[in-house]
Parts: sequence; structure tokens; C-alpha cells
Amino acid sequence: MAILEKHKILEKNASLLLVFSFLVVTIGGLVEIAPLFYLENTIEEVEGVRPYSPMELEGRDIYVREGCYVCHSQMIRPMRDEVERYGHYSLAAESMYDHPFQWGSKRTGPDLARLGGRYSDDWHVQHLRNPQSVVPESVMPKYAFLENRMVDPEHIADKLRVHRAVGVPYTDEMIEAAVADFNAQIDPDGDYDALLERYPGAQVRNFDGSPGISEMDALIAYLQMLGTLVDFSTFEPDASR
Amino acid sequence: MSMDDKKPLPEDEVGTTGHSWDGIEELNNPLPRWWLWTFYGCIAFALIYAVLYPAVPLVSGATPGLLGYSTRAAVVEDIAEYESRNADLIAKLTEVPLEVDAIKADPALYNYAVQGGASVFNAYCVQCHGREGGGVQANGYPTLSDDDWLWGGTIEEIHYTVTNGIRNEDNPDARWSQMPAFGADELLSEEEISQVVQYVRRISGQEHDAALASAGETVFLDNCAACHMEDGTGDRYQGAPNLTDAIWLYGGDVETLTHTVTYARFGVMPTHAERLSEAERRAVAVYVHQLGGGE
Repeated sequence: MAILEKHKILEKNASLLLVFSFLVVTIGGLVEIAPLFYLENTIEEVEGVRPYSPMELEGRDIYVREGCYVCHSQMIRPMRDEVERYGHYSLAAESMYDHPFQWGSKRTGPDLARLGGRYSDDWHVQHLRNPQSVVPESVMPKYAFLENRMVDPEHIADKLRVHRAVGVPYTDEMIEAAVADFNAQIDPDGDYDALLERYPGAQVRNFDGSPGISEMDALIAYLQMLGTLVDFSTFEPDASR
Repeated sequence: MSMDDKKPLPEDEVGTTGHSWDGIEELNNPLPRWWLWTFYGCIAFALIYAVLYPAVPLVSGATPGLLGYSTRAAVVEDIAEYESRNADLIAKLTEVPLEVDAIKADPALYNYAVQGGASVFNAYCVQCHGREGGGVQANGYPTLSDDDWLWGGTIEEIHYTVTNGIRNEDNPDARWSQMPAFGADELLSEEEISQVVQYVRRISGQEHDAALASAGETVFLDNCAACHMEDGTGDRYQGAPNLTDAIWLYGGDVETLTHTVTYARFGVMPTHAERLSEAERRAVAVYVHQLGGGE
């Protein structure tokens, strides 16, 4: 066939082969990746998902720093056994403000995508101090030192700015109030209305029960909000997605 | 074709590609047949798959495929199928009066509730209450396998506790009570606290300082009896523990008791109103009830 004869021109010319290979890969990429950015069913809009509050964001950074993702995933796959054990399968929108996302595929420990509200704050403190005291068969290391490391919100506004730079819709108001919101979330006796207005559903408590804002507070604030933003009693997932 | 064909064909039959380097020629042997057919098979599979399953991206979504498959629909179907296998039992369990006799009257139902409840317990409750409800005393998670109950040990009471939880902020129906922090809020002096601690050790039959304990009786009656009752046997309406037995939630030694009276305790149990179905909550209540101390 004539066209196959012409193919020999490509095979015999290295530069031309490179150009045409690149062309083929480009088309493949466009067909496979580009639709994800415009197809309606890949960008599901879900009510309730909001950017992390400053305290939660700080906790998330500690989660990443300590490498929790190495043993814990944050994605409940749409399979019966996963849904029965962990709750409603994860939605893409629930990690839309995660940079980087924490989906993971390694589960030495359980999935944490819907951890929020499943245990008491006190349980988290005891479990992070000494996991074996509540779950004897656990192989998780101890994180008691988090209690002694106080968090200074000095750079929290910068953190919000960095996240805004990569696409998280933090407003100027949120960035200005970052330090105030950070301190408000730990003080249930204070005035936290503005915090709740900016971050609906944020939980305000002294998470570790001790005075001061420690890394333990921030981490538990983050753990207790995981998977709690979407109200699944009203959310109707589209089956075709 | 026979087995002989597996041998390479003689040189003169396959010919050469015409390439020749320093007199070395390249034979034009055909591709192994298993490889060729696997290759064609893959192409055929891809075409069939693209027709049957979601594949080609269009404007608002991908082509749905002839089978109409989606992972979300599949998991819903899968769960529904397993539920339908026990549909009768689930329906019965959801409607049966929450009494031991009523549930036990139907052995199949009781068995389903206990076994199903064990599964739920092992996924949601063991982290605090321990294997088989053994509890973690030092951390204040009550043992569920004894007959000492804080809020009530009938199936109905257990079901209420499982559904709404204790002292959580997520459920307005959660059981609620709050012991005052007698030391931290300066309601009692250190001396009074040490007295009442000795009194509590006396009524619980432990070693105590008799003089301090007698002084502590007044302190107890003035400050503690409203919830723990005058005789210290506790009050389930307020989740106030019985202080006269040997079962302790946090510990009955002087140090722990002093800490409890000084700073108070605030044990939280999460709500399961949305996390579990009504049948699952009932099943776990039946399971906990039969662990040893059900009423």
C-alpha cells in the first residue's frame, strides 16, 4: 500500500519521527485529558464544600508533615465493602481544595475520608498520644509530642495566600482575618460568628482540652472536619457519573 | 498447520528484507502467530469495550455505552442486592418493639440482630469500648459487658444512646449532663476535695482515712448528692455513676478521684443517627444487651 510506503520516510528520518511521535502523543493527551476540564459530569458541583479554615489548614499541614498519608488514604471507593465500613463513597468535589490531594492507595491504617465526628476529641488525644491504649492491635506510632509543640499563627495568612495562588478561592477578607479566625476556632467562649460565616460548619472547641494552641489542637480540628462538609441526607448523587 | 511449522523456515523460503551489512543479511521471518493473534484480539476487545462501556468523550459527557454501566449505580445495586437478601429480617427488626422478649420470640430475628450487631460493633464501637465491649477503663470508656449502666441497660435505652450519643454537639437529642469542675472553678477548697474523696472511698468499700471521710460526708451531701444520690448509688437520668460499687469509669484511687472532682469529666459519645440505619442501630443495641449485663 502506498501509505505504508510513505511511512518508511518517517522511519528513516529521526527528526521527522520525533515530530510526528510528539504529534500522536499530543492528540492522545487532548482526547484523554482535555475533556476532563469541560465535561459537566467530571466537575460535579456539591453544596457545602468550602476552603479549609486557617486552623484546619494548619492541621492539614501537620497531617502532611507527619506523613499520615503514607498509611492512611482519604478516598472511599464506590464499592460495597468500603461504603459499609467507611460511609458514603468520596466525591471529587470533597478534595477540590486539597493541594496536594490526600487520596492515597496505601492502607496500613483505615481510610480517613469520613473520620470527622466518628470519635470524640478525647479519643483522638488519647489515640495520638498512645494508639495502643485504645486500639491494642494498632501499629501506629505515638504522636504525643504534638501536645508540646505550640502553633504560632504568624505565617497563617501567607499560607492562605499560597493556596489562593494555586486556585483555592480565599477572599481578601479571609486572608485579613486569618489570624483572628485561627484563634477564634479554639475558643468556644469567644466570638466566633464571623468565623462560622466565612467557614460554615467549622467546629469551635478546645480540641485537646489543654490551654494554648498546640499542634494537637490543629490536627484534631482537621481530623474532626474530614468528610463532614457534604450533607448526605440531602445530597443526591448523579448515578451516571 | 502441523508441529513441524514451529521450526524456523529455511532461509530460502522466507527470503530476506534486503538489508545487508558487511554481508550479514536480515531474514524476513513472520511474527510469531500467538503474538499476532493476541494483538488482533486486543484491538477487537478495545472496539467491543468502547461500544459496551462509557468511552468516547463528547460535549457534556462521555458515550454511555450499550450496557449503561456506571460505578455509582453498580455500588448502589450491589448494596441493594445484599440488603434484599435479608429484607424480611431488616423490616421485622425495624418494626419490632424494643423489648428482649419480643425480639427473642423470633429466634431467626434475634440471631440476625446479634450477628449483625456484632459486625456493626466491630466497625464502629470497638475503638472505644474494646473487643466484646470490654471497655478501656483508664480512658473512661465504659465496659459494656457488665451489668453496671450509666444511662440504662434495656435495649431501648441502649438504642437511644447509640442513636443520639452522649454530650456531642452534632445531635440535639444527645444525652447530656455536666459534672461541675469543683476544684478548677473553686466551688470546693482543696481540703474539702480531699475529704469528699475519702468519703467516696468509704462508700465504695475501699481503704480510707476515717476522720477525713466523716468530714467529707457533709461535703458530699451538699454538693454531690443531687446527681449521685444521697447514698451515692448514682442516677441514670443524669448519667451519674454509681459510686458505691467497685466499677470505676476513670479509676477509684485517691489520685484519680481527686482529679475527677477537681476538673470533672466530660465523656463524649458520637451520634449514629445518620451513620447507621435504624435496623443497624437496633441490631447493635441487641448485641450490646446480650454481652452480659442487659436488663
